[in-house]
Amino acid sequence: MNFDFTDDQQAIKRTANELLGARFKPDRVRELAESGSYDDDAWKEMSELGWAGIFIDEEHGGQGLGIVELAILTEELGYALAPVPFLSNAAAGLALQFAGTDEQKQRWLPGIASGEARGTVGMLRDGEARLVPDADSAEVIVLISSDGSTAVVEASAADIEPFETMDRTRRFARVRVDGGEPLGGDCFAAGDRIATALSAETVGVAQKAMEMAVEYARDRKQFGRAIGAYQAVSHRCAQMLLEVEGSRSGAYYAAWCADAEPESLPEAASGAKAYSSDAGWRVCASSLQVHGGIGFTWEHDLHFFLKRAKTNALLYGSASEHRERVAAIGLGELESSSAQPVEA
Amino acid sequence: MDLTLSPSEQGFRDELRAWLADNHPGEDPPGDDEAFEHRRQWQRQLYDAGYAGFSWPKEYGGRGATLVEQALFGEEMARARAPQPVNVLGMVMGGPVVIHHGTDEQKERWLNAILTGDEIWCQGFSEPESGSDLASLKTKAVKSNGEWVVTGQKVWTTYAHKAKWCMLVARTDQDVPKHQGLTYFIMDMEQEAVQVRPLHQITNEPEFNELFMEEARIPDENVVGGVGNGWSVAITTLMNERAGLGAASAAGMRMALTDLKQLAIERGVTDDPLIRQRIAQLAIEVELLRLNSWRGLTQIMKRGVPGPEGSLPKWQWGEIHQALTELAVDILGEDGADWESPWTYRLLRSRANSIEGGTTEILKNIIAERVLGLPKLR
Repeated sequence: MNFDFTDDQQAIKRTANELLGARFKPDRVRELAESGSYDDDAWKEMSELGWAGIFIDEEHGGQGLGIVELAILTEELGYALAPVPFLSNAAAGLALQFAGTDEQKQRWLPGIASGEARGTVGMLRDGEARLVPDADSAEVIVLISSDGSTAVVEASAADIEPFETMDRTRRFARVRVDGGEPLGGDCFAAGDRIATALSAETVGVAQKAMEMAVEYARDRKQFGRAIGAYQAVSHRCAQMLLEVEGSRSGAYYAAWCADAEPESLPEAASGAKAYSSDAGWRVCASSLQVHGGIGFTWEHDLHFFLKRAKTNALLYGSASEHRERVAAIGLGELESSSAQPVEA
Repeated sequence: MDLTLSPSEQGFRDELRAWLADNHPGEDPPGDDEAFEHRRQWQRQLYDAGYAGFSWPKEYGGRGATLVEQALFGEEMARARAPQPVNVLGMVMGGPVVIHHGTDEQKERWLNAILTGDEIWCQGFSEPESGSDLASLKTKAVKSNGEWVVTGQKVWTTYAHKAKWCMLVARTDQDVPKHQGLTYFIMDMEQEAVQVRPLHQITNEPEFNELFMEEARIPDENVVGGVGNGWSVAITTLMNERAGLGAASAAGMRMALTDLKQLAIERGVTDDPLIRQRIAQLAIEVELLRLNSWRGLTQIMKRGVPGPEGSLPKWQWGEIHQALTELAVDILGEDGADWESPWTYRLLRSRANSIEGGTTEILKNIIAERVLGLPKLR
């Protein structure tokens, strides 16, 4: 029993934290977000370090590591609020690695692993996927719908309509396709891993928003003392810790299930996604409240975190949808190991 | 990261599970005295099987269990719905204090009778005017002719009417800052100068007592940890109370969740989307309580001492149990008003969960100041 990272995993976390901290200082994130662009050099650097294919098997150009290592990276990417097309590409990698046919893997995984021919995933609802990250720069798009039907399509064959979301640290599009080839395997196994990686990203976002609140509460003085001495503020911060740590435990556990105990993954992944979706938003919103008026200004960085947390909450199944799935598993209506994905 | 049990841990758990299946004492019988004797018998059964004082070092009659085994023990006891052994306060708080701070004579005198249940222990910390602000307590102990003379009042004293010994914190020096003037005593309850009055709680059970001391006597050899060190000695017991309880409380909530789902099925409300959302949210939070507890345990194993983040599971547990019983009573509808309904009892009893053993507000203060490093209010 060791609910902590191994030394190797700690090293990955440290490297990611340092590299992302250096590449994505707050001013740089702001510059990229305001111009709606990504840092291509940083993306290249990450890809050369093997991050893009960290969980992809070595046969297809990846590192052959697990979902725990992926979650470590996404948490740090969230913490740094990195404007890079990592999550979308990882989602496509997960879909193809865990549900693709041999042929699909051979065709797409090497480009995803190298970061040179990226992919993305969208949830298909009523013939359209309405929130697809980085569809406009991907080579391959995987669409998954609630009944388990799937389509793998070349991006050039899809109707892609980029649109602006509140989250300017990433780019999104609406996607429609005709036809496409289905995945060969269990798309829910892939969906659970995507939800897990995304939950870990939200943990990082919320962690940083909490740290900003605590720092501000220590520095900001009103009525002659630091506002963090007042329980109306300090208890708000304690609540943030409760929710951040809960989200973290849930995401780490789901990642471990994915690697070591897949029969527990559906409930763990949906639980993590539901809880982190709510917590991510609440922690950021609470941090904004601690900041007061300055937190509501465009010039303060907090709103970038708030918006990314909310967009993560809406992406790949909402909290309510994932809770519904947890209810169905818990009430014995679904076998955990063959659970359906969230309702679209 | 490896959340599986080692073969020896698994073996331990299987053995305990089998033992519990064969030796489960059944539910408490009706009547306070009958329930007490039932639990005393249960304590003896645990002792004879080597499961009492589980976390205590072997040299003091315990089992020297690892932290993982302690957590598994708590989980299995909850899973089997086994009653609390009668001397839980002695085993969780009194014994560890004597082991950490006591003299050889004190260990010889007290430890074994805690484990066998022959001598019941109670805790005299809180006072009517000193709840969360424990260090402000006023019960006074004055030394006279080689013994201590104690006058004052304590409250929330579980099993005071059955106890032989009381872990008593009293003020022995009025002239120093409040945390420095306290001393930790073991007081004999069997004396005229100690009076016990039952305190009926909102469930109408007299689970707790008030304790009145009018020149009660404590021999000098019953001071534990030295005169003036009462605060740090008492804190050891509070930390002990919290460490490792998380896993057990999560297992308890898991059983409660099973009951709740059963109720929802029986009452035919499982197709109600609002009920489904609330059940799922509870299921998720129960699981996160378990996971936070195990993560905290990993940290204790690495650092050797319980950290302040041990405050999270206690807080979570109280909120979960309250929300869970509220949902159950919502599902029961008008039947939820029935005084005889076990859910009604739990609805009411769970209101104490965010007060007993440290209020949620105090836990938030601890987290704010000691985990997040926010400035102190005081």
